Amino acid sequence: MKTAFFVLKKLGAALATLFLISVLTFCVFQILPGNPAHIILGVDADPLQVEALSKEMGLNLPLQQRYINWVVGLFSGDLGNSLRYQTPVAQLIADSLPVTVSLTAMALLITVVLVVPLSVYLAKNNNRALPTAISALLQLGVAVPSFWLSILLVLIFAVNLRWLPSGDFVPFTTSVTGALRSLVLPAVAISVGTTAVVIRYLKNTLLDQMGMDYVRTARSKGLAQNEVLYRHVLKNALLPTVTILGMIVVEVLGGSIIVENVFNLPGIGRLIITGVGNRDFPLVQGLVFYLAFTVVVINFLVELLYSAIDPRIRVR
Amino acid sequence: MIRLKKLAVVLLAAVLTFSGCAGAGASAGTSASAAPATATPAQPTSIKIALGSEPDNLDPMLSAATDTSSVMMNVFEGLLGFNTKGEFIPAIAESYTISQDELTYTFTIKQGIQFHDGKSCTAQDVKYTYDKLAGLDGGTPLNTTLSQELEKVECPDDYTAVLTLKNKDAGFLSKATISIVEKDYEQNSTQPIGTGPYKFAEYVKGQKLVLEKNDTYNTITDRKPTIDRVEFEIMTDENAKLMALKSGDLDIAGVSSTNVPALKDEFTIVQGPQNMVQVFALNNKVKPLDDVRVRQAICYAIDKDEIINVVSGGNGAKVESFLSPSMATYYNDKLNAYTLNLDKAKELLADAGYANGFDLTIKVPSNYQMHIDTAQVIKDELAKIGINVNIELVEWAQWLDGVYTNRDYEATIIGHSGKLDPQDFLNRFSSTYAKNYFNFSDADYDALIEKAASTADQAARADYYKQCQQLLVDKAASVFIQDPYINFAVAKRVEGLKIYPVTFFNLCDLTVVA
Repeated sequence: MKTAFFVLKKLGAALATLFLISVLTFCVFQILPGNPAHIILGVDADPLQVEALSKEMGLNLPLQQRYINWVVGLFSGDLGNSLRYQTPVAQLIADSLPVTVSLTAMALLITVVLVVPLSVYLAKNNNRALPTAISALLQLGVAVPSFWLSILLVLIFAVNLRWLPSGDFVPFTTSVTGALRSLVLPAVAISVGTTAVVIRYLKNTLLDQMGMDYVRTARSKGLAQNEVLYRHVLKNALLPTVTILGMIVVEVLGGSIIVENVFNLPGIGRLIITGVGNRDFPLVQGLVFYLAFTVVVINFLVELLYSAIDPRIRVR
Repeated sequence: MIRLKKLAVVLLAAVLTFSGCAGAGASAGTSASAAPATATPAQPTSIKIALGSEPDNLDPMLSAATDTSSVMMNVFEGLLGFNTKGEFIPAIAESYTISQDELTYTFTIKQGIQFHDGKSCTAQDVKYTYDKLAGLDGGTPLNTTLSQELEKVECPDDYTAVLTLKNKDAGFLSKATISIVEKDYEQNSTQPIGTGPYKFAEYVKGQKLVLEKNDTYNTITDRKPTIDRVEFEIMTDENAKLMALKSGDLDIAGVSSTNVPALKDEFTIVQGPQNMVQVFALNNKVKPLDDVRVRQAICYAIDKDEIINVVSGGNGAKVESFLSPSMATYYNDKLNAYTLNLDKAKELLADAGYANGFDLTIKVPSNYQMHIDTAQVIKDELAKIGINVNIELVEWAQWLDGVYTNRDYEATIIGHSGKLDPQDFLNRFSSTYAKNYFNFSDADYDALIEKAASTADQAARADYYKQCQQLLVDKAASVFIQDPYINFAVAKRVEGLKIYPVTFFNLCDLTVVA
């Protein structure tokens, strides 16, 4: 019962957020100059072509009318048609989603696999030479811009070694290994930054926890140091880390615009650029919806995860 | 500690295993382009070409983007085609005659031409295409010139199409290169069907456009498709193109001049003028640019050679007026043009009452690095005569709206790409042209353009256009900088790429060498 109420409350808040965001997008589009038909056809277009295309896209209607039409369509589950591509927005997002989701999953996997052992190692061996050097290296990982790292990775692994492709995404339907291969370098490019951030976070939390009274109690009870570390300290330290991870997942799911561009991946990030650049109102509205939805869902999952890690926390 | 080491070993093993099997799986996944020298005549050949922008529309009637037509001209053909010199050659029409009064064009359609769906191409398809473009079918017209000029289209028989004009247009033959579409076929936007040497295979939005060889192609006899499959990869990012070229994922890509030196050892570089004019456009209606002396002063102060060297690495043809030298017949090579003369420039500014210079804002579209670089050079050059330039980068959509459509600007830099008819270029400066964003207005110029358009005699017509070019120089309508070379990096396994006066990847020119 309590859980159902919790879900309903969250859902209500999410819907209100979505509505506000869509109104905001609408307002921004009121101010932004630019005719989508003209953007598609360019400087060399015949003015008559621009006119015909504008009419075909329904641009002769005022934006208010188009917004109302869009909202009406929304209630029947229709996100509308993209102006740029003349196809349903839902279809475009659905097509881009597998790319971004698998990119996120792979980046998350790399991050998690690296973060836990490295953080524990750094926390256990604080103030020694090698761990300090690793920490310094991690600092670099936070500072390196992802586009630069992406280009560097391509230069090494695609151009020189030729182990992996430089982009040119292969759809999962064509070849699963091909698709995964084209995602390795972008996933690494994303996870270097995230890993560095999360490790620093987890290491510091671990150090804090290791100074707590319960650690001394556990040790005095006769537990080995490693046991204390893995059974108690790590569990307690994971809680804030999950929050950070949730934020990172939202960020990557929202389309790593830069990384997707460097690797020419047809994901959500590319779609966002196209949508905004082309003043594709329905597409941008659809994407904003998708983003807000992602944030809500991931936050919800993170809260569920809290109670799994720490049973004292109940969904409220 | 030991546990950690174990973990590290397991991890390393996992990574190696993964990259190992991925490596094995990939050879099947990637196409032949990644494995040069494996192509033998027995195996299907395939190449990958970078396309700099997303296609605007696959239906040639609704498309205006040069990138799109550079690809789709392999799928669709006009009554006439053109060669590398821009001369018209027979295509769907094997011959044509022009009546004495120059109002009637009779085209004889070659027999045996088939659309990709197997239907024969006849005069009915020609009529359908031109009627629709000119709005003669009762619908909204799609082509300004045709809607103003075309009186009617008749088909006395299946292989004769007669186009009648309302008034004379010496440039009308360039309209005969317009793509012919199949009568009553409405799906060209999604599943284009033409008569060309290549058939449309698939279009994955944001990713690629794929064409396949049309084995039964017979329109232009000396054009034969040899490559089985051509993938145009949509790549807007120059870095992504360079990386893909270097890692063997691309065979042909247009690259900027600055990247040519880094590629020229590994790739064949094909470069040449692209029939484009990069123009430093001045708004002739805003102060102080409305004073011809001020515009002339700017012309005297700008060193085009410096721009070409700095911005294009020397890969550009200097122009003095609004026509590229690649339009050889119409280009005025005897123009009385401005030479760099700072004293003269200062003198003119002083005469106009701006001895101490003035502030000038150049709005540059932020998506064109070449124009941004040019603005930087111009800023330095104009500073020498006291003009204080402020460079403002504007987003493309905003540029189209504010500068190009609403003419709300002082100066800007842009490139206009060429058409086969000089009228399409020079008409941009006539006072009645809807997109004359230069705000140039000159009665003599308008009269010359009109005379040129209605003159039958090609030599006289060329002469009028040459006078137009001189007039633009005399009135310092704007500063015409260069025709920047188009540069293609071509993998050594592909041969034959040629540059046309209108951007066109003529796939029939290409062969894959083993």
